[in-house]
Amino acid sequence: MFAFIISRLLQAIPVLLVVGFIAYAMFAFVGDPVTIMLGQDTTEAQRAALVHQLGLDQPFLVQYAHFMWAALHGQFGISYRLARPVSDLIFERLPATVELSLTAAVLALLVGVPMGVYTAIRRDGLLARAFMIFSLVGVSLPTFLIGILLILVFAVLLGWLPSFGRGEVVRFSHWSTGFLTISGWRSLVLPAITLGLFQMTLIMRLVRAEMLEVLRSDYIKFARARGLPERAINFGHALKNTLVPVITIVGLQIGGLLAFSIVTETVFQWPGIGLLLVQSIGVADIPVMSAYLLLVALLFVGINLIVDLLYYAVDPRLRVDRRALTGTR
Amino acid sequence: MTLLEVDGLTVEFPTRRGLLRALDQVSFSIGAGEVLGVVGESGAGKSLTGAAIIGLLEPPGRIAGGQIRLDGRRIDTPTREQLRPIRGRQIGAIFQDPLTTLNPLYSIGRQLVETIQTHLQLSDRDARARAVRWLEEVGIPAARQRIGAYPHEFSGGMRQRVVIALALCAEPRLLIADEPTTALDVSVQAQIIALLKRLTRDHGTAVMLVTHDMGVIAEAADRVAVMYAGRIAEIGPVRAVVQQPAHPYTQGLMDSIPSLQHRVGRLRQIDGAMPRLTAIPAGCAFSPRCPKVFHRCRVERPDLFDAGDTRAACWLYDA
Ligand SMILES: Nc1ncnc2c1ncn2[C@@H]1O[C@H](COP(=O)(O)OP(=O)(O)OP(=O)(O)O)[C@@H](O)[C@H]1O
Ligand code: SF4
Ligand SMILES: [Mg+2]
Repeated sequence: MFAFIISRLLQAIPVLLVVGFIAYAMFAFVGDPVTIMLGQDTTEAQRAALVHQLGLDQPFLVQYAHFMWAALHGQFGISYRLARPVSDLIFERLPATVELSLTAAVLALLVGVPMGVYTAIRRDGLLARAFMIFSLVGVSLPTFLIGILLILVFAVLLGWLPSFGRGEVVRFSHWSTGFLTISGWRSLVLPAITLGLFQMTLIMRLVRAEMLEVLRSDYIKFARARGLPERAINFGHALKNTLVPVITIVGLQIGGLLAFSIVTETVFQWPGIGLLLVQSIGVADIPVMSAYLLLVALLFVGINLIVDLLYYAVDPRLRVDRRALTGTR
Repeated sequence: MTLLEVDGLTVEFPTRRGLLRALDQVSFSIGAGEVLGVVGESGAGKSLTGAAIIGLLEPPGRIAGGQIRLDGRRIDTPTREQLRPIRGRQIGAIFQDPLTTLNPLYSIGRQLVETIQTHLQLSDRDARARAVRWLEEVGIPAARQRIGAYPHEFSGGMRQRVVIALALCAEPRLLIADEPTTALDVSVQAQIIALLKRLTRDHGTAVMLVTHDMGVIAEAADRVAVMYAGRIAEIGPVRAVVQQPAHPYTQGLMDSIPSLQHRVGRLRQIDGAMPRLTAIPAGCAFSPRCPKVFHRCRVERPDLFDAGDTRAACWLYDA
């Protein structure tokens, strides 16, 4: 188990190094930070001083090493646009994105999985068909459109919910949370639905397809032939087998949530890192962009590790070391 | 004493091109503790008969006629859920491929205990003890240590032993074994058949044994039913059916089996193929292939007639 985690972490290192390299290459070759930071009318001496200060006069690989070393310590340089440390900007905005993505993910799982199971078991039921039609909408409508439609209906026409921002937040040293105020929750509803809807319907369709497959399998037939209760078959035997393939996809999807959150945060002016990225791209604020890239890579590596661990917990066939213990084959 | 009576069982599948009659007026019975072998070529309806008896026909397949009685009580009418306490407790089932019939994510002990506790009011401890005893009985070495093992940790033959333990652990009175050895190594087939024979004899379990292997039939069955195109062609004591078959189809079948070849001198195949369900001829279903066919065969469908020691669905034996 421990060795398993270590080996996975070791495998992640090259991935992070490569992403770091790309992030740095972008940093080094896209745009000219010196011009951006100093403007047009500066002396040659001022330029040279800044180039030296930013370390841009050193060999490329040395710069890359410096960059990774600094990144390892959470330092990503200074934002060109806001002239503040990028790490500060990111950590200020991280809570907003984490809370939004988390809520959307929980929503997608808590609604998507039961709906998938239901539509698989009651394949021909009226409600199951309604769910399937609804899921088609969720899968096919683009996120920004869903967001705009929700704003139109619930914010503009009905006036029930706010259309932008996070509402009031409560601060705990480095973390600001919207979970503790009513206005925070009210502000969260529409963005979370917008962000979670696609994942939710995708999870639902995936669970349904896998579950139907599993329900046709021999071991389900055999479980029925042994007279096990329908509930034990559906929710014990079938659901657990359904989860094995679903875990991977869901893991990747949750990673995707972060990417999709860029759109959602833009539509709802949600003050998270997605919005920060969009604002930074507009003015080629490279340090912010490369920090974002590294952060996303780190996140995917983390999620992959969690997915692998879940696999390990669910599927005994992966626990190879057991075989040695029981002394078979 | 008759345990299971199947009486005029008819199974149909509604399809786009009309009703498909997959079983047509199938009748037979199995006595308590008796082993009935069921043979017939692929698609004859053997598995379907078994599925109908345990109430697990795959929709849209449905019982369109006839009765199935266990101890005189009808078991063809209740819904799948009403029939549930009978499955596993009264009628057990084993399928062909032991590699796919066990849930890969649960230990064999868990699957056994779950099945036992579904049917018998036993504490966790007693259920576990019973599970170990059954594993020992089906010949799993070091059963107590292996009870927590997962299906993938066993070989095919061992897995089929576990499947047998699962099917018999609530001591059903009838076991439906659908080609229990077909997917196994030749070397372990005989062991599994011997195990099945011993267990069902010890526990007084009746068996409906579906197989393509006449050797297995000769070895294990008391009586044999020969199926053809969804109907029973011939049924009778194993010796009579194997050595003096009455129905022309059974005669052809026996002639085409290598292990019985010495009795006929050379191997013969029946010309032609079994008709598809959409194109079963009027009258006797075997008439297009039958060497002894005569006019009446093409018009009227024969019932089962007494034919020496067996009963055969053939006009040759119309008294
Ligand atoms: N879902 C279905 N729809 C239509 N026809 C079906 C369906 N299931 C089975 N059948 C038909 O029922 C007939 C009997 O099938 P069955 O599985 O009982 O054959 P079998 O005797 O067990 O053959 P095998 O030796 O290959 O196992 C076959 O002709 C098959 O085409
Ligand atoms: S009824 Fe006629 S066709 Fe059918 S098996 Fe007997 S002889 Fe042959
Ligand atoms: Mg079959």
